[in-house]
Amino acid sequence: MVFEPKILAFLCNWCSYAGADLAGVSRFQYPPNVLPIRVMCSSRVSPEHIFQAFDQGADGVFVAGCHPGDCHYINGNYKTLRKVKLTKKMLEQIGINPKRLRLEWISSVEGVKFAEVVREMTEELKELGPIER
Amino acid sequence: MLKRDVLVIGGGISGVQAALDLADKGYKVCLVDKQPSIGGKMVKLDKTFPTNDCSICISSPKMVEVSRHKNIDLLTYSEVKRVDGDAGDFRVRIWKRTKYVDPQKCTGCADCEKACPVEVVNQFNERLSKRKAIYIEFPQAVPLTYTIDYKNCIGCGACDRVCEANAISFLERSQEINLEVGSIIVASGFEQLEPSIRGEYGYGVYENVITSLQYERLLSSSGPTQGKVLRPSDGKPPKKVAWIQCVGSRCQEQGYPYCSRVCCMYATKEASITKEEDPTKKIYVFYMDIRAYGKDFQQYYDKAKKIGIKYIRSRPAKVYENLDRSLKVKYEDTQTGEIKDLDVDLLVLSSAIIPSRDNLKLAKVLRIEVDEHGFIKSKDLLLDPTSSTREGIYIAGCAQGPKDIPDSVAQASGAAAMALGPIKDRKRMTRVEKRKEIDVSKAEPRIGVFVCNCGKNIGGFLDVGGVAESAKKLPNVEWVEEDMFTCSEDTQKRIKQAIAEHNLNRIVVAACSPRTHAPLFQDTMEEAGLNRYLFEMANIRNQCSWVHSKEKDKATGKAKDLVRMAVAKASLLTPLQESEITVRRQALIIGGGIAGMKAALILADIGVRVYLVEREPKLGGKLRDIYKLFPSDIEAEKVLHKMIGEVKEDKNIRVYTGCQVKEIDGYIGNWEVEFTNGRHAVVSTVIIATGSQEIEPPASYGYKKSGQIMTQLELERTLKEGKIDKKAKNIVFINCVGSMTEERPWCCRIGCGNSLKNAKLLKEKIPGANVWVLYKDMRAFGKEEEEYYRSAQQLGVVFIRYDQDPKVTVGNKVNVEVLDSLLGESLEIDANLVVLTCQLEGDSSVGNLKRMLKVAADSGNFYQEAHVKLRPLDFATDGVYVCGSAHYPKNLSDAISQAEGAASRAAIPMLKGFTKSEGIVASVDEDLCSGCKLCIAVCPYSAIEFDEEKKVARINEVLCKGCGSCPSACPSGALQQKGYTDKQISSMVEAAFEEVS
Ligand code: FES
Repeated sequence: MVFEPKILAFLCNWCSYAGADLAGVSRFQYPPNVLPIRVMCSSRVSPEHIFQAFDQGADGVFVAGCHPGDCHYINGNYKTLRKVKLTKKMLEQIGINPKRLRLEWISSVEGVKFAEVVREMTEELKELGPIER
Repeated sequence: MLKRDVLVIGGGISGVQAALDLADKGYKVCLVDKQPSIGGKMVKLDKTFPTNDCSICISSPKMVEVSRHKNIDLLTYSEVKRVDGDAGDFRVRIWKRTKYVDPQKCTGCADCEKACPVEVVNQFNERLSKRKAIYIEFPQAVPLTYTIDYKNCIGCGACDRVCEANAISFLERSQEINLEVGSIIVASGFEQLEPSIRGEYGYGVYENVITSLQYERLLSSSGPTQGKVLRPSDGKPPKKVAWIQCVGSRCQEQGYPYCSRVCCMYATKEASITKEEDPTKKIYVFYMDIRAYGKDFQQYYDKAKKIGIKYIRSRPAKVYENLDRSLKVKYEDTQTGEIKDLDVDLLVLSSAIIPSRDNLKLAKVLRIEVDEHGFIKSKDLLLDPTSSTREGIYIAGCAQGPKDIPDSVAQASGAAAMALGPIKDRKRMTRVEKRKEIDVSKAEPRIGVFVCNCGKNIGGFLDVGGVAESAKKLPNVEWVEEDMFTCSEDTQKRIKQAIAEHNLNRIVVAACSPRTHAPLFQDTMEEAGLNRYLFEMANIRNQCSWVHSKEKDKATGKAKDLVRMAVAKASLLTPLQESEITVRRQALIIGGGIAGMKAALILADIGVRVYLVEREPKLGGKLRDIYKLFPSDIEAEKVLHKMIGEVKEDKNIRVYTGCQVKEIDGYIGNWEVEFTNGRHAVVSTVIIATGSQEIEPPASYGYKKSGQIMTQLELERTLKEGKIDKKAKNIVFINCVGSMTEERPWCCRIGCGNSLKNAKLLKEKIPGANVWVLYKDMRAFGKEEEEYYRSAQQLGVVFIRYDQDPKVTVGNKVNVEVLDSLLGESLEIDANLVVLTCQLEGDSSVGNLKRMLKVAADSGNFYQEAHVKLRPLDFATDGVYVCGSAHYPKNLSDAISQAEGAASRAAIPMLKGFTKSEGIVASVDEDLCSGCKLCIAVCPYSAIEFDEEKKVARINEVLCKGCGSCPSACPSGALQQKGYTDKQISSMVEAAFEEVS
């Protein structure tokens, strides 16, 4: 059986979730391997949520927020950037390939980009295979 | 006859802002737009300068707000036909065209669009693509429902046959709507000139010559090429792109004499985006002057040059098409006088902003005047820019003349303030009565799940029945229902019934997107007595069936996962309340210049008690020193005298001159102020109008070494006192002194205007005098300024463009040496008078004030607004506003518009009498809080304070906007965001990976 990676996506309400919605409106197809969780701002996502996801079965975690400068809450996405960088380091330390965690800026018109990122990430994770737990 | 308070004509960003400003104050507004959707021109843009914000992303929340506002009636596809009566009592007849689609039933699923056989040119995409005869202009349209374009419909009925919601109704008629309103705001926007008027550029003849608005559509990810810039002739990406500026602007003979005010910047933006995406591309901009006059514009332009965009100062003479459909631009190199050729693959014309073609018709209907070009005429361009020539009718945005987005938005708020005049005493609606809430605190969760088929949109691609079945097995789920359309009227009734019959206390809807539909279901819950926060949505359409439409099994599996996640979170939801604080009608205005005084008068007029503090012994600010006003030659003194008189007479305004704010502390509704004169006050809102100041010119200009060298402000004073040396033969103005340097990289915005005005004045006053203006770019961007520039040229003022700073030597005489960068010749002048147009910076009080008011300022000491484009007068901190030169140097008319606008913004909470928090705010568990203060540093709204006694963090719920950045920074888990608690998020994560049998 082919390995189907599971991706958990945290999407900020104002841009990235809207971008994912637009991918739908435009009927851009992408692999069904991703399960979105909507948060108001990407800055709500904390390392714990990401670790929990990996712990409970995610093969990849995807955090998406507004482009720098566009955050609905002034500068939340900058905080996200720092947090994700830090989390990647910690992942490495516990033996999880930091590539499994991905941060992207996706605006509400970037339906194409959303679809592309999910596609890319799914492919990448397929290559990486499941996490050794 | 419908009774409303204000009619707003035009649903572009200006109309939207004006409508929201009024509706938020409790007045009833009717917003009319002739298009099927509101949004105007802004929604067509890809990004906005100088921040490269995504245009639709930032405008769409405002549009949605309009459509959901209880005080706004939205009439799209409608036009104002007739207006009778006068201010306070207008009677309006509106023609609402039928869309042949029932907006109540249409779900925006696009089935009809696919079925429709008729293709029509897509105007929204600036004619670069096709659309169907049944269409939605763009994916974020408001209202998000289809329209049949009657002119092109062939009546085949294909749409009707596929529409599962039965929304198509060919019988629906257009109708006449009669309305009574007190005031009218005209926000009819602008159009872009069809550049075929400049035949030499080949627009309409050569396929690869396009307009800048077409280029925006090419850049837009939701445009005809999905964001890829491709040549119209062959669909290939161009390697060389050029822009030609001022096509039809600044040219009386072939277009319009005025400056279109935004083209330099949008061209720079379009060029930058293109270059940044592919640095190998060669990008050129042909320009006359780069008018980078606004906040951060100059820096944006400098950056564009740095990344390799070539700016060529020339107005091309002609464009030819080469055999390979590329274009040959013929232009004169102004430095060498040579005629040169440039080959490019794609040519973009920055063609003029022209008045909306409806203006003439509208003006007739409204009995107001237009100016000679067709823009709506202001009652007084400088002093009353937002009033039309008729009482009770006001102007917002580009209807009055070209403007960028923040200037439009500020003026729209200003128009909203002015529109209060005729209606201020009317009854307002600031609260909606709600049904009493059922107490669910002690009940176990009982969840109702409603799974939608959305016609075939979900049902066609995944097994909705299967999803519903699996939902039944989930914990706490008491009721599951499968609907054809969960959003339809009758399902709302059934949801209410189900809540009552099955005692449901949480609702999950598995359908489309919560961004568009959650409020609808939440309203339904409220009607049934449930708190609206006991709701969760699973997006099984936009993010499932539509995007996995060829993998039915997997899509079904994912939908089940999504429902399980939503149910898991729903079990943990708690009812949330929006807390409230009282906001009284008391305001503090800091700065008694023209902006501060204007804001004070507006607020006083609606019954606000205003404290106006001015540091100087007299009111008037910088205008006290100014002799005449640009571009009108009216004496500043006269204007000021009248306004100071009005301020002093107003019983609602208390003026403290020679006084400053010593201490101020608090938040919206409750600012405690201590003045340096020993008095105290408590105010609800604060407006900062502290203005700007001239910097001292760098020593190299010989300033202070000779009495013949002075700054603009000193010249103004000399002129005012009549002490000008009438024998001066040679007068030199030097612009941009200390501007656009490394230390102060910005443009001072008003310097060019000032020197134009005074150069012309001296030329007239001293017969026979030679007057030179040494400039870098002549930034005469405002209304009637370009015309003024021309008249100065005609009068004989000599304009010399320089790149290297002129040299001023002071010996027996003052000597100015400059290299004319256009002619390449150097010039020496024995000057009797040298006037330095110095750089401006924010007032020196900024340091203290920004700390006490918890707001930000930039490196030039100008206050940093909440959002550069759409919230130019607000701060991130609620209840504090900015206007005039404190925000960035302003000419008089912009300062007045902003002052009116800031007054309007401040009036919203004060007229409402309260301000409400979001439900999803942060909260602190005091037992867990260790008092580390990390959250305080993280909060962008200064909504967290430290309780010194208990040594814990405390949330000011009214200031909290619910972003959730503090809980993720809290090391002890003491902070939580309501509605997005760690537990709730965790439950979703857990549910996502639950093994299901
Ligand atoms: S709102 Fe999108 S990242 Fe903050």
